[in-house]
Amino acid sequence: MGESPSYVLDLKNVSKSYGGVKALKNVDFDLKKGEIHCLVGENGSGKSTLIKIISGAEIPDHGSELNIRGQRFKSLTPIKSVEMGIQVIYQDLSLFPNLSVYENIAISEYNINRFSPVNRKKMKQMALEAMKKINVSINPNKLVRELSIADKQVVAITRAIATDAELIIMDEPTASLSKYEIDELLQLIKRLQQKGLTIVFVSHKLDEIMSISQRVTVLRDGDKIGTHDAEALDERKIERLMTGREFENKMPMIREITGQTVLELKNLSRKNNYKDISLEVREGEILGITGLMGSGRTELALSIFGMNKPDSGEIRMYGKAVSFKNNHEAIRSGIAYVPEDRLTEGLILPQPISTNMIVPVMDRLVNGIKALKKREKDALVGKWVGDIGVKTKNPENAVQTLSGGNQQKVVLAKWLITNPKVLILDNPTVGVDIAAKNSIYEIMKKLAGEGLAIILITDEVPEVYRNSDRVLIMSRGRIIDETSPDRISEKELNEKVIGGVLSV
Amino acid sequence: MSLKKTNPFSELYRKYPNFSLLIGLFLLTLILFSFMVPGKFFTLSNFSSIAFQLPELGILTIAMAITMLSGGINLSIIATANLSGIVMASIMKAMIQGQGSPVGLIITLAVLAGFGCSLLVGLANGIIIAFIGVSPILATLGTMTLVNGISILSTKGYVISGLPDGMLFIGNGSILGIPVPFVIFAVVALLVGFWLKNMPSGLSNYLIGSNETATRYSGVNTKAVIMKTHILSGLLSGVAAMIMISRFNSARAGYAESYLLVTVLASVFGGVDPSGGFGKVGGVVLSLFILQMVSSGLNLLGVSSFISVTLWGVLLIGIMIVQKYQRK
Amino acid sequence: MSNLLKKNEFYLVIVIFALVLFLGITTDQFLDPGNLLELFTSYSFLGTMSAGMLIVLISGGIDLSFTATATISQYVMSTLIIEYGGNIFIAYLIGAGVGVGLGLVNGLLIHFIKKHPLIITIATLNIFNGLLMYFTKGKWIYNFPMWFSDPHDVMVFESAEGYIYPITLPLFLFFIIFVITALILKYTKIGRKIYALGGNKEAARRMGFNIFGLTLFVYGFMGLLAGIGSVSHALIVQTVAPNAIVGKELDVIAAVVLGGASMDGGSGTVIGTFLGVALVAIISNAVILLGIPSYWYQILLGTIIVISVSITAINNKRNMKKEAEINVA
Repeated sequence: MGESPSYVLDLKNVSKSYGGVKALKNVDFDLKKGEIHCLVGENGSGKSTLIKIISGAEIPDHGSELNIRGQRFKSLTPIKSVEMGIQVIYQDLSLFPNLSVYENIAISEYNINRFSPVNRKKMKQMALEAMKKINVSINPNKLVRELSIADKQVVAITRAIATDAELIIMDEPTASLSKYEIDELLQLIKRLQQKGLTIVFVSHKLDEIMSISQRVTVLRDGDKIGTHDAEALDERKIERLMTGREFENKMPMIREITGQTVLELKNLSRKNNYKDISLEVREGEILGITGLMGSGRTELALSIFGMNKPDSGEIRMYGKAVSFKNNHEAIRSGIAYVPEDRLTEGLILPQPISTNMIVPVMDRLVNGIKALKKREKDALVGKWVGDIGVKTKNPENAVQTLSGGNQQKVVLAKWLITNPKVLILDNPTVGVDIAAKNSIYEIMKKLAGEGLAIILITDEVPEVYRNSDRVLIMSRGRIIDETSPDRISEKELNEKVIGGVLSV
Repeated sequence: MSLKKTNPFSELYRKYPNFSLLIGLFLLTLILFSFMVPGKFFTLSNFSSIAFQLPELGILTIAMAITMLSGGINLSIIATANLSGIVMASIMKAMIQGQGSPVGLIITLAVLAGFGCSLLVGLANGIIIAFIGVSPILATLGTMTLVNGISILSTKGYVISGLPDGMLFIGNGSILGIPVPFVIFAVVALLVGFWLKNMPSGLSNYLIGSNETATRYSGVNTKAVIMKTHILSGLLSGVAAMIMISRFNSARAGYAESYLLVTVLASVFGGVDPSGGFGKVGGVVLSLFILQMVSSGLNLLGVSSFISVTLWGVLLIGIMIVQKYQRK
Repeated sequence: MSNLLKKNEFYLVIVIFALVLFLGITTDQFLDPGNLLELFTSYSFLGTMSAGMLIVLISGGIDLSFTATATISQYVMSTLIIEYGGNIFIAYLIGAGVGVGLGLVNGLLIHFIKKHPLIITIATLNIFNGLLMYFTKGKWIYNFPMWFSDPHDVMVFESAEGYIYPITLPLFLFFIIFVITALILKYTKIGRKIYALGGNKEAARRMGFNIFGLTLFVYGFMGLLAGIGSVSHALIVQTVAPNAIVGKELDVIAAVVLGGASMDGGSGTVIGTFLGVALVAIISNAVILLGIPSYWYQILLGTIIVISVSITAINNKRNMKKEAEINVA
């Protein structure tokens, strides 16, 4: 405790208020040197605030004590934080896409000796050494915008250690990575640990948390709920700590599907996207499609949705062949697509909730002179806000005023208003709290129960296992396997998914 | 939470902060200048003169504003208006031979031809921006240069003047005491305002301005919307041209070049967010009135029009600073 | 080689080469060194200002007020040297000083308001221009002191036949400024930080880059070059008028954009900008030498701008599509 040298960070009584709201309430947080420590919590738990205080981007309230490597501070600045050996890798990576890899890695050079000329040789050397330290290799002359997301992640990490960092904080680093790339990243993090670095890993993915951390700190609503050794925890315990509740329904559903076939694909192919896809979905059925990132699932979904015209093959709805010129036609025919990236693709954040909800059906709400029927629109919005449970005082407020879970509900409502026959969900619970996640699963199952055909595309095997009637596995644009929860276990499914990439 | 006395004014301010500010400024300007220039400002002749001068600038400003709502801009409106005016004037001069010519018909044809021309420019802009994917500043910079070139080429720098009386009525006549240009402007403002507020193709501009990707994923044909808006912008430039050449009784390349920046100014001052997503025709119209009154009032006070221009610039900076604090 | 093909400058070189070849064959005057020197001298002020605009675009901003800045610099410079005398060095110094001052005003406003440099500089354009017109009443200045109309040649080449080919001071400055700009962008930390700022503003902020300082530098530099360019312009035409430069904003932007700088920021090179200026200059020369009526100039320029930016946009789209491809089994 306190000034012990084995603690690289010891925060005591840290609070932070914004206006009248306390984002952090008297939190104690310590880091042992050389450990991998997971910081876990829902949205709004205070974990981002804590990170910002450590990185110097925010100043904590009076009474907070920050002890870093033996020195005591009341607050930090970004420059001081870096001086103390702290590096934060934000979720957006903060890289410069128009600059080269080596320039990005050695960019701290530009903050010292500001009026001396650029020494490219030295910077390239720095970059190569840093990459060697952690056993990675990327062409230093490539521009960052030409790299894959996984490689960008590596560059961000390399930049952090190029500055002799002692503590690296990573904010949701695995968000956009495939399973394979995540494994590589976790290996890299372990190598960093071997070099003596301390790592704080912010994540909500329970399996990653379990596989890599020594200790886990759970925050909820600004309070620290506890710090535990990872060995003493399991998924359920962590969930309970994060949300304060238990969630049932971890069992797969086994049901009898008797509805007619709504959607059928026959040998659908699209160059450089997917090949020879045949599948069918029936009324009331939830068809899960899983696989690693880059397997062509989203591309396939977009083709069904009319946004990605296939080269060959057939799409049939209720037995009749269809061909959509654009997504508007697909929507008219009863296809709805909930995109993966809620913030960029799913919602128009600055615009009102009500407007967001009716965009796909605007042309159905017009009168003779093509003007919107305001009363009908308001009634429709009011009904759906109530039905789906969006917590808001006024549907004319901007959608960005809502919490993540509520925003996702608006997206769902928007698509259900179109009266779809097929609902495609693309990774619908990314970045969503556990409570809201389960609520979305409930809604999904209820909709299926009412006869809606659902295609659930997801990267998370537990999610697809517990919510689908049948599961397709895709890899590199092909369907490589089909199974169902009543035939195999969740673990076996996981193995099939990971194993799939090697066999193609 | 503190309880504020709710009266209709604070309700209005809460719901439409920008608009209320403008109304306030409008009244302030009106009262201020009425006192500062007694007997000359608050007169029928002054307001009448404003009512004649404002419409062409007003229609051009609306042409600019609608393209800004989706996050774009249209730098070619003035060039388009000039070319359109040249087309109209040329046809009129060429086809009106003597007493026997069907003047009414020729004027109508000439005006329609002018509209067609300005519509084509709008179409070109729409294609280059929506389908080829060029940024609006660059695209309209290019078309502006091109269109100016065509205007210069066809007129060789000369002025085309001497339009028929029927045409002159449009810019200088009055119906029931209201200047014709003002009537046209009012009709345009009302129609465009209605379109933007109530019709999907108009509303979509705001959506695209806030988030083009999400709008597209929601089934809106964003390319078509941007095309339509630019075509309308072109058309409006033509309407403005009709009034302009009538008031000046002439057409040439290079008229009203200083107007371009004023249209941007008036749009932003009127509440149009340059990044897209927000702005109302009502606000733009009010801001135009305010700017015009400032200019006219200062003129009556004997202040140089150059100072008016300077003041407009200061006002624009002012409004942006206010917006910055509103954002916090 | 495929790297080369991707670069905008490559295509520009080909187009210019083709034009040069064409003009060399169809006219005898084009390739005459005297013609070329005079052409580039007459475009030296545009070129000087393009270098400033390049840096502004790279940083992710834009400036439409520089023509007013330039004109004000001209007026102040002229008034002072006519009233108090001086020499060419002092003239440039005054012009540069006024330019920097006005540029810094832009920098301050843009940093403080934090968004929309386009609108802000439209406003300052109006303010500067309005004040300029008010104080000068639109009067032209042409009664320069004698030394101002002396040729200020840095070097003179003489051919065998006795023709004199001068490298005028404006032309010389044009080249020097381009070299300095290139050095700044490639070898100084401030230059690299400007690229970074244009590439990802938020990341630059998090890195602790002095955004305020960089903004002041970028717009101050633009102002500086506008001031210097304006003195060059005055030297060449020996007159100062309120509307000689104002109105040419888009010519400068066109040259820089033709040279490959992106309106979004983060990219652009001095060589590209130079080629862009060269292209614009050659086209205007071609129009004259080929006896094409001058009315065609705008049409040609406009067409080239539209075609060039369209090609760039289509190329970008194609590159993005390529990145999204899957290696289908």
